[in-house]
Amino acid sequence: MKFSERWLREWVDPPLDTDGLVRQITMAGLEVDTAEPAAGEFSGVVVGRVSSVAPHPDADRLRVCTVDGGGEPLTIVCGAPNVAEGQCYPLALVGAELPGGLKIKRAKLRGIESAGMLCSEKELGLGEGAGGLMTLPGDAPVGDDFRTWLSLPDTTIDVDLTPNRGDCFSVLGLAREVGVLNGADLTWPDLTPVPAVSDASFDVTLQASEACPRFAGRVIRGIRPGAETPLWMRERLRRCGLRPIHPVVDVTNYVMLELGQPMHGFDLAALKTSLIVRMAEAGEELVLLDGKPVALDPDMLVIADHSGARAVAGIMGGETSAVTEATTDVFFESAFFEPLAIAGRARRLGLHTDASARFERGVDPAGQERAIERATELLTAIAGGEPGPVNVQEARLRPARAEIRLRAGRLERVLGHRVPDAQVADILQRLGMDVTADAGGWLVRAPTWRFDIEREEDLIEEVARIYGYDNIPEARTTGVGHLARVTEHERPLAEVRRLLVDRGYSEVVTYSFVDPKLQGRIVPQTPALTLENPISSEMAEMRLSLVPGLLATLTQNAARQIDRVRIFESGLRFVPEGNDLHQIDTLAGLISGDRWSEQWGAERRPVDFFDAKADVEAVLALGGQGAEYRFVADEHAALHPGQTARVLKGDQPVGWLGAVHPALAAELDLEAPAVVFELDIAPVLAANVPAFAPISRYPAIRRDLAVLVDEQIPAVELVAAARAAAGPALSSAGVFDIYTGKGIEPGLKSVALSLILQETSRTLTDEDADGAVAAVRERLGESFQARIRD
Amino acid sequence: MNEPKLTEVDASLDGLLEAALSEIEASADLAGLDGLRVRFLGKKGEVTQRLKALGGLEPAARKAAAQSLNQGKARLLAAIDGRKKVLEAAQLEAAIQAESLDVTLPGRGELSGGLHPVTRTMDRIEAIFGRGGFEVHAGPEVEDEFHNFEALNIPEHHPARAMHDTFYLPGRLLLRTHTSPVQIRAMQSQGVPIRLIAPGRVYRCDSDQTHTPMFHQVEGLVVDEGVSFAHLKAVLHEFMEAFFERKVELRFRPSYFPFTEPSAEVDVSWGEGWLEVLGCGMVHPRVLEQVGVDPERYTGYAFGMGVERLAMLRYGVNDLRLFFENDLRFISQFA
Repeated sequence: MKFSERWLREWVDPPLDTDGLVRQITMAGLEVDTAEPAAGEFSGVVVGRVSSVAPHPDADRLRVCTVDGGGEPLTIVCGAPNVAEGQCYPLALVGAELPGGLKIKRAKLRGIESAGMLCSEKELGLGEGAGGLMTLPGDAPVGDDFRTWLSLPDTTIDVDLTPNRGDCFSVLGLAREVGVLNGADLTWPDLTPVPAVSDASFDVTLQASEACPRFAGRVIRGIRPGAETPLWMRERLRRCGLRPIHPVVDVTNYVMLELGQPMHGFDLAALKTSLIVRMAEAGEELVLLDGKPVALDPDMLVIADHSGARAVAGIMGGETSAVTEATTDVFFESAFFEPLAIAGRARRLGLHTDASARFERGVDPAGQERAIERATELLTAIAGGEPGPVNVQEARLRPARAEIRLRAGRLERVLGHRVPDAQVADILQRLGMDVTADAGGWLVRAPTWRFDIEREEDLIEEVARIYGYDNIPEARTTGVGHLARVTEHERPLAEVRRLLVDRGYSEVVTYSFVDPKLQGRIVPQTPALTLENPISSEMAEMRLSLVPGLLATLTQNAARQIDRVRIFESGLRFVPEGNDLHQIDTLAGLISGDRWSEQWGAERRPVDFFDAKADVEAVLALGGQGAEYRFVADEHAALHPGQTARVLKGDQPVGWLGAVHPALAAELDLEAPAVVFELDIAPVLAANVPAFAPISRYPAIRRDLAVLVDEQIPAVELVAAARAAAGPALSSAGVFDIYTGKGIEPGLKSVALSLILQETSRTLTDEDADGAVAAVRERLGESFQARIRD
Repeated sequence: MNEPKLTEVDASLDGLLEAALSEIEASADLAGLDGLRVRFLGKKGEVTQRLKALGGLEPAARKAAAQSLNQGKARLLAAIDGRKKVLEAAQLEAAIQAESLDVTLPGRGELSGGLHPVTRTMDRIEAIFGRGGFEVHAGPEVEDEFHNFEALNIPEHHPARAMHDTFYLPGRLLLRTHTSPVQIRAMQSQGVPIRLIAPGRVYRCDSDQTHTPMFHQVEGLVVDEGVSFAHLKAVLHEFMEAFFERKVELRFRPSYFPFTEPSAEVDVSWGEGWLEVLGCGMVHPRVLEQVGVDPERYTGYAFGMGVERLAMLRYGVNDLRLFFENDLRFISQFA
């Protein structure tokens, strides 16, 4: 529901600025969706009156006007077709600034200097308007600041009301709530009943009394056809999101916004004999106000006369009894319809109206007369007319609101916090409830407008809401354990283990003390920690590496004719350094034997370095930091000098990957090549929280490029150089072929690179791709003496 | 081959030995070296022949010649052995050279795939609540009106039904609009006390920039003696800090759900402002009554959070619809 902040403040004006007010009502459960200025920002605009209009000598569409803006008469050139002598319009003076930053300067229009501008509603950010200049009432104060005169600034606040708070569907309802929150009284408008000046009335029969227990009606004869809704009311309606239509409709809408009671104004001349409020008959049809014909269901309530349904009660009036420009006699309906008699019907008819939204949630059953008096007062002020008496039909009395017991103990038990008794009673009383203290609690009767207060829990919620959820301290539940952080900055080791298992590895557990002879062969430089009382001489040293254990496991399995081995282990290795002992969490793996278990669909081949590397890369990619790792050729006592890589994360060494040295393999009588890796666990587990990067919706271009380079140059350096040279359009680069041998000079190799180019903001052209490829060629030529193979 | 005559034994080996030693030293490969071994020390080798010929000599001469020949033979053997080691090492070195790889080339084989960010997020939510002792429950996605609405205090014609754009199926069935029906099923089947979360798919007949017709929620329910709103506040605060891995402030705003009372929307502090992240409240006594739990004895709280919403905040995703486009470039960002 949209409402004007100024309107609300006429009812209740707490010492809060707009933001404070918005926050306060949001925190009371009336969620503010938006709070927007009711008009654009502008300055230097006054009320102006056009005293003369003359044609422009050099332009058919322009008029030259003399305008009184409070000072010397001004000459204004105006292009609006509706400019007329004697009329008042908003006048932007020279120096004025309009919404969107438009500055009004002295300017010549086809040779005639204009000292300002007459404005339309749109130009002032006051909505679309009817087109043309914004016409002001004839009694508008010429020369006065337009903003002040129009009660600006103002804010249109849109509250997203929950279904239980139908009582807040009006300025009155919101004001009541704001009053409660601030302990402030409401300033009601004058609701003195308008005395009847005729005895004109129109009979109403409440046949469906369950659905419609109360109905107030009033006849007003002789309103002035053609009367216009005054600007102030139009402006209020606009600020609440409604468009002016007809004084009768505008008045009923205004009252609905103000007091929450939806009303309908019938053209009395279109009604026959009398009205009856009844359920629709099967097959009954009606053309609604919006011109749409609807078929009614028997569970829909209608207001009918003897010619049939004339309105769908609580939802929308019918077209044939709607007020028109010619209407002189009006019948106001101000009724109470039971929420359950209205709920769902509008949706079924494909409608959602301001009236149905309010009736579905519940309209104050005590508010019908108040609304009809208010509407009478407003309509007669605008359009004259002679009101008859207010006729109230009361088919049955709604049952009195039940007394609800609120127990202080229950309140404390549900909230987990004790609200002082005096405060509880005060809150409930401010909410309009009758409160009597009772042993251990209170007896409470809800006001007529609160449909959501039926049982103790409803009162508990009200107390908590007004007391403030923020004022209820948190308390740890005894039954629920601590909800510890589940970090995404580190991957669990279990996930690494599972990954290797899924890649065909078996986990092994080897002793932490190893054979000094084998260990000395693998980690020769470092003295190990020696046990003083080893079980045996082959189990005398604490491991410096997990590799001896894996190699021993390999030979033991080979001795038992298990020659396809894929194993890993995680655990500590023990590295003395001076007087310190580093106990380093380590992950190590070994593969040997055939790449695949023997089977029909794949060629047999032994595993190699790049098989193990893929596994290591998968482990390193787990935390999303794969790009931080590099593999650099290096040497290791136990590893094949041409098939060994140091694993670096950034510049920090974190492990090794390599084939077992052939000499060592021979010593261990290994029948097949074996590849091992060993990684420090801590850096491997470190992870990034994923950060979304936009995905390109534009096509990618792929370019391939083959270069001849010295065979010693690592491929990764070529790729890195290509990446750097290709520029930001490069989305990926890779090596898809390496060739040496026939046709290639000895000592050189041919490396085929793929470049994938893609932008996030546009489609790349062939020229873009050509440029990137040329840049890559040039860079590879400069840095690596690469020659292009064409 | 230049075999010596049997009759005249040249025991000195002077010329032969020097020539043989230099040939051994000059041999280029193991095969050549072996050829030299055969030539000199084989069964018919030059030195072997001479040794065989010793038998024909006078005993005195024989002794001296044998000594000399055996010394020469030993020198040759040592030279061959030494050369063999050198050649073997060179061969290994050459083999290693030949097997040398560019270790910077990518590994060969499958790269790891990745979980969908919704699953990643739900896994974390489950892990966090799991540590707190919440059981994970599941329920059907094709539901009936009783579990989806009536048992949750949303009778037919209740205005709250308009908040749920429901997909209907033949036979008065529907696609659940929230995970709350799992509350009902769990309490019906195992009673109270209960501590559960129910993650899963939910459906609403709504599709635009900020709504997809299917999304995911995690429902939470705790019912026990002495459970209060203050406990709810603490649990959700702990959860949000565990989920976002940082201190956050929470703001509980009064709201309305038919199945909880008091009800609240929860906002989390985000930069300068607040972002709505979930809805919660104390289980409405009518819901407990529906499943035969005495609301005088037991109280409880419930909450429901949108998984995509949390994933978007956590990972900076700016468009809800990406979750269901399944662009692999998107999914792989959460591997």
